[in-house]
Amino acid sequence: MSNPPQRITVNLNATPVQAEAGQSVGAVLMGQGIKAWRTTRNEGKPRGLFCGIGACYDCLITIDGEPNQRACMVQASDSMNIEGDFSA
Amino acid sequence: MSKESTSPFDVAVIGAGPAGLAAAVAAAERGARVVVLDAATQPGGQFWRHRPESVEPDPEGHGHHGWKTYLDLRSRFDAAISTGVLHYLPNTQVWMIEREDAGRFVLRLTPATGTTIEVPTVRADKLVSCAGGYDRQLPLPGWELPGVMAAGGIQAFIKANGTLPGKRFVVAGTGPFLLPVAANIAAAGGKVVAVCESSSLTNWLPHMGAASGVPGKALEGAEYAAIFAKHRIRYRTRTVVTKVVGDSSATAVQIAKVDASGAIIPGSERLLEDVDIVGFGWGFTPQIELAVSLGAETRIDADGSLVCVADEKQSSTVPGLFLAGEVTGVGGAVLAVAEGYVAGASAANGEQPKTSTARQIQRHRRFASAMHQAHPVPEKWDELLTDDTLICRCEEVSHAQVTEARDVLGATDARTMKSFTRTGMGWCQGKVCGYAVSCLSAKGTTDENAQHASLTSVAKRPVATPLTLGEISTLDSREPHNL
Repeated sequence: MSNPPQRITVNLNATPVQAEAGQSVGAVLMGQGIKAWRTTRNEGKPRGLFCGIGACYDCLITIDGEPNQRACMVQASDSMNIEGDFSA
Repeated sequence: MSKESTSPFDVAVIGAGPAGLAAAVAAAERGARVVVLDAATQPGGQFWRHRPESVEPDPEGHGHHGWKTYLDLRSRFDAAISTGVLHYLPNTQVWMIEREDAGRFVLRLTPATGTTIEVPTVRADKLVSCAGGYDRQLPLPGWELPGVMAAGGIQAFIKANGTLPGKRFVVAGTGPFLLPVAANIAAAGGKVVAVCESSSLTNWLPHMGAASGVPGKALEGAEYAAIFAKHRIRYRTRTVVTKVVGDSSATAVQIAKVDASGAIIPGSERLLEDVDIVGFGWGFTPQIELAVSLGAETRIDADGSLVCVADEKQSSTVPGLFLAGEVTGVGGAVLAVAEGYVAGASAANGEQPKTSTARQIQRHRRFASAMHQAHPVPEKWDELLTDDTLICRCEEVSHAQVTEARDVLGATDARTMKSFTRTGMGWCQGKVCGYAVSCLSAKGTTDENAQHASLTSVAKRPVATPLTLGEISTLDSREPHNL
């Protein structure tokens, strides 16, 4: 039984964005049309979701000040601060 | 957790997917005190991944197979939690296992998300690893572009979020798993431009005997045929994606026909434009690091994956360590549940499996073996690679660097390759590139054991998951907080 989706607000580099409760951080970003949120250390190439289940660590992002969190694993919550290179 | 739970558990179960749930329930229902550790925030594993119960409390299981089995296991799992015999630790990953006096397992834990861990250590007399697996990947030009995902990652995204990661999809690789991924995309409203299967379905013909032993799979096949017809999904066999095209993200794929060896048929290349998500799956890689770190014996399965040896009681070659599900050989959820029940019962009281269960497991193993033989990784998969194709995504090691290290420096196994080129030294610790690096390193070697040795070196990870230095340095101070 699906209830009507609850809305939450997350901050993408301090810009408030509406999202549906229960989504992963990766899903919130992809829903905003953002496919990459960090660049690689050596070649500066964009990266976002890849394995989607926590194995590859490609989707690392800073959440509430904590760096290197997996966007595919973390559930977005109201007022969460998500910081990344969204122009990656 | 209550005071009584500070003593060691009888059985620890790693994973709460099909195998882990069955193992936990079987052990708890035999009176064992059980602890279940799982990376996800709710039970189900990848196969029965579903929307957070906080927003969808009673999921109906649309798009899932065996949902009734899940609901049955889940209600027994929850019942065991409520009577206090089963402790469930979600959002928890095991990063190391040690053995102490009397062979007791000591499991060191880290949070899957966030930075705090309530219970940093658990102890148990018996251990059942049901760690599952993840999509096996083969590098190709453009696979590092955003928009390229694991096929299973797309499915996990849909199951967990109820939304799609993009609009127009190509799903490629090999194996029956590509079918439910495409079906889930279509059911969620996405356009599947093509499913590219490298094998020919006539590969199944020599294996019809094994397939007929598991008639449910034929029904699933018919179901997918209907879904593909309804959504007009092109199922292209003997077809591979030769490169992903795009600037800052995937925008198109080039596909081509291949022969039985996986060699491109000249002139068959064509471009599929307007594609924003590409999903690849070449079977699965079982997560055997923890079992290997305890010394469990391994073998190469029919799909070329390194898996752990288990006997008819799902016992590994390490006393006290039991295994169920993909870690013993990729075979799907029905087999995983059957093995889980056996492993949980064996761990709890040494029980022998019933003859009917043993037969069911054998039938599904035969089916899995037929499936693997019908859907091999193409022998010439690496012909697609250009010099600058990335092999290791984390450390950005190119194909040219890998071949040079092999041909000039003699790096003919994954371990040596790692020390010369840094393949597998990044965040994922070789989980993504390990199979490909093993193949490329051992290429040209005539030694039959080369690939086994190479894959074994990839699976040897004393620390199973990335940690902060702080977590390692606080090992001793964790002792007073032990469960």
